[in-house]
Amino acid sequence: MADLSIEFAGIKAPNPFWLASAPPTDKAYNVIRAFEAGWGGVVWKTLGEDPAAVNVSSRYSAHFGANREVLGFNNIELITDRSLEINLREITQVKKAWPDRALIVSLMVPCVEESWKTILPLVEATGCDGIELNFGCPHGMPERGMGAAVGQVPEYVERVTRWCKSYCALPVIVKLTPNITDIRTAARAAYRGGADAVSLINTINSITSVDLERMVANPIVGSQSTHGGYCGSAVKPIALNMVAEIARDPETRGLPICGIGGIGSWRDAAEFVALGCGAVQVCTAAMLHGFRIVEQMQDGLSRWMDSQGYQSLADFSGKAVGNTTDWKYLDINYQVIARIDQDACIGCGRCHIACEDTAHQAIASLEQADGTHKYEVIDAECVGCNLCQITCPVQDCIEMVAQDTGKPFLDWQHDPRNPYRVAS
Amino acid sequence: MLAIERAALTMKTTPVRGHPPQDREAITVIDTLSHLPRPPAAAAELADRFGDLAPPLTARQAALESARCLYCYDAPCVNACPSEIDIPAFIRNIQQENVQGAAQTILSANILGGSCARVCPTEILCQQACVRNNAQECAPVLIGLLQRHALDHAQFAEHPFQRAAASGKRIAVVGAGPAGLSCAHRLALHGHEVVIFEAREKAGGLNEYGIAKYKLVDDFAQRELEFLLQIGGIEIRHGHRLGENLSLSELHQQFDALFLGIGLAASKRLGLAHEDAPGLLAATDYIRELRQSDDLSQLPLAERCIVLGAGNTAIDMAVQMSKLGARDVNLVYRRGFAEMGATGHEQAIAKANQVRLLTWAQPQEVLLNDQGQVRGMRFARTRLDSGRLQSTGESFELAADAIFSAIGQAFDGQALVDPLAGELKREGERIWVDQNLQTSVPGIYAGGDCTALGQDLTVQAVQHGKLAAEAIHTHLMRNAEAA
Repeated sequence: MADLSIEFAGIKAPNPFWLASAPPTDKAYNVIRAFEAGWGGVVWKTLGEDPAAVNVSSRYSAHFGANREVLGFNNIELITDRSLEINLREITQVKKAWPDRALIVSLMVPCVEESWKTILPLVEATGCDGIELNFGCPHGMPERGMGAAVGQVPEYVERVTRWCKSYCALPVIVKLTPNITDIRTAARAAYRGGADAVSLINTINSITSVDLERMVANPIVGSQSTHGGYCGSAVKPIALNMVAEIARDPETRGLPICGIGGIGSWRDAAEFVALGCGAVQVCTAAMLHGFRIVEQMQDGLSRWMDSQGYQSLADFSGKAVGNTTDWKYLDINYQVIARIDQDACIGCGRCHIACEDTAHQAIASLEQADGTHKYEVIDAECVGCNLCQITCPVQDCIEMVAQDTGKPFLDWQHDPRNPYRVAS
Repeated sequence: MLAIERAALTMKTTPVRGHPPQDREAITVIDTLSHLPRPPAAAAELADRFGDLAPPLTARQAALESARCLYCYDAPCVNACPSEIDIPAFIRNIQQENVQGAAQTILSANILGGSCARVCPTEILCQQACVRNNAQECAPVLIGLLQRHALDHAQFAEHPFQRAAASGKRIAVVGAGPAGLSCAHRLALHGHEVVIFEAREKAGGLNEYGIAKYKLVDDFAQRELEFLLQIGGIEIRHGHRLGENLSLSELHQQFDALFLGIGLAASKRLGLAHEDAPGLLAATDYIRELRQSDDLSQLPLAERCIVLGAGNTAIDMAVQMSKLGARDVNLVYRRGFAEMGATGHEQAIAKANQVRLLTWAQPQEVLLNDQGQVRGMRFARTRLDSGRLQSTGESFELAADAIFSAIGQAFDGQALVDPLAGELKREGERIWVDQNLQTSVPGIYAGGDCTALGQDLTVQAVQHGKLAAEAIHTHLMRNAEAA
């Protein structure tokens, strides 16, 4: 069996599945249950200065799919609402009882050197394995000058990271906010400040839905609402892109990345690793299903690694980064055309109407003698956009088949149609 | 309607003799089964047994089921629906919690969508065509139950269809069954005045008198009728029977147009001796009595009974007798399971209700006791010989307290006896119509089972009525413009 153990930014863990700093890691009771379930590590819910934060009721809302499956999840909860002293005591106890698991402490204090200087030794004394700087919380805390308010200013990111590196010996992971124009700017700042790793993404500013009876957004507090932080499977594509952006940025190349955002299965995790992550963090999936999901994640990942001949995560970490590039480097001469497997086709007509109404009129609807319809690709019109394959409800019914155009590789930089092409 | 007549197709060679009009209503359950006992179960227990065969979806089930719809384009289910309901549209409305919109979508194509949702053999119509019924899934979207859900839960402050300005035209509809009612509603919608002439005490046709009780519960046919009539402009005159006290020629003179939706009123006869003996009667007669009964414990119970036929009416009859408490119910068919008119779904209902399905046996002789009452039947065993049904020469007897014949319905020739009726071109025994549901006599239209067009199904009759109304409307308006 594949070896799932990792050493990430100097932190050892029996597997790459960590619980993100969030309600599931708020106190010893939950964290112990997580470790019992098999999680490789935990990022303890963000500690702050006393007095502890105070939370409102209610706190969560969701974006649902047609079957009430949770596509996206939103929260307006703040950092820990328990005293620093209780948290530090519990962290010390849990780490002592579970020495083989990664225990990282998330921190958020005001952007003042003295505040960091004060809290860091206290945290280090717990015996934890590292710290994660919460520069990403998008709701509540930024109004007090913390969380995303720091993460959105590269100078602050760099400065606080440097303080942390100078006042404690622990590995420092900087957690990045996605509520920013270019994620690389923040990652570079963390790198310059001496960060041992970055983790991303934190949650995205969101309003999931509006109660049309009461005319107030969700979640509702009295008769009001506020924007929250969005997470869950809906944010995975955004997170994957930001991870890839950092992984392939020459300025931060080699900086360990801990992937966060919509991870709920071993496959999700493997995708983050393929784009450059050395570990992953999970929250929403655990909040929806409980800690036991880590069993299937470990089992699935190790079986898949076995099937691929990967013995450790390092064997495939970053393997898809090289194939992720800028648009201008893509092969203009590459051509795929949709092929419909007529035996698998169930005749729903979705490919036809999608292409007919919104794309390239490349799928003909041919009425048959019995009143049913047969759908055929008009090769000359098909641009290979994948829309038909995406809307088709049958797995593998529509295949995008690469065509032999006989033309050489050509990117836009060298395309004669590009007025700004690179001279050859 | 249903597939009562599919059974008829299986017995094409059987001689047909409609009862003379005056006898039809006289042959009642009371007369012919009065010697039988009554069900031992209490009325409440029986009422419970005759409850909804397919209980409605819960709100959650409807949400889950509607999400399964793929919202096909040129959807095969719509193509398979004789009344052309825009199924993907109404299901998407349900999914988006717009149950009113869903109901209106259904009703605009099929004003009797509520009863169709309950009685349609969806397993050979929309749900058979559903793309999710493919070999990989074998699980069609439950369209019938979703349709029922929409119509059960829609709440309209007023009738959802508004009549057009009065046209001044008057149209007579003969027969208040699904075809006639559908036609009347659509005509009223276009602003015409409609008078429906109905022979029976209640409107609804087979929905009221001919469908198994457990398929249409809680007086649904009358509730649906009430809703349909809310559009206004429709008058129903009961007690008028064509060929008896209603003349086609007079109607033709008095009204601007005429629609015949008279169904198939006659039950096919077995052509055997002792056919009118106590203990033998048409299944449709018993079902009619059962459906009108307020107290099922007062119905005669044939503890051992034989049902002849293989259509859905035969199944309805056998299952209902079983539910009443019969301990030995045999449904006998002269051919095999594959040839049965009743769908696999219907056959499964029969088996689940302890009905024994016997195939390859043809009625040979009605057996009587000393008092001249039915005591059983002798059957000839049959087989197919070069595609033809042959007797094997063997025979057997089944003991029974009653025999119910459900070998099919036939056109009641007595209805078309006046001179004008004689001019109506026929196709086989039924009335010939063109694609616009017009008969060979200008101004007279017909639809439903009395015509040869399409399948003998409630939903088909509704479509006929609707299309005929549109054809009548177009015709009358064109004439009005020309005038």
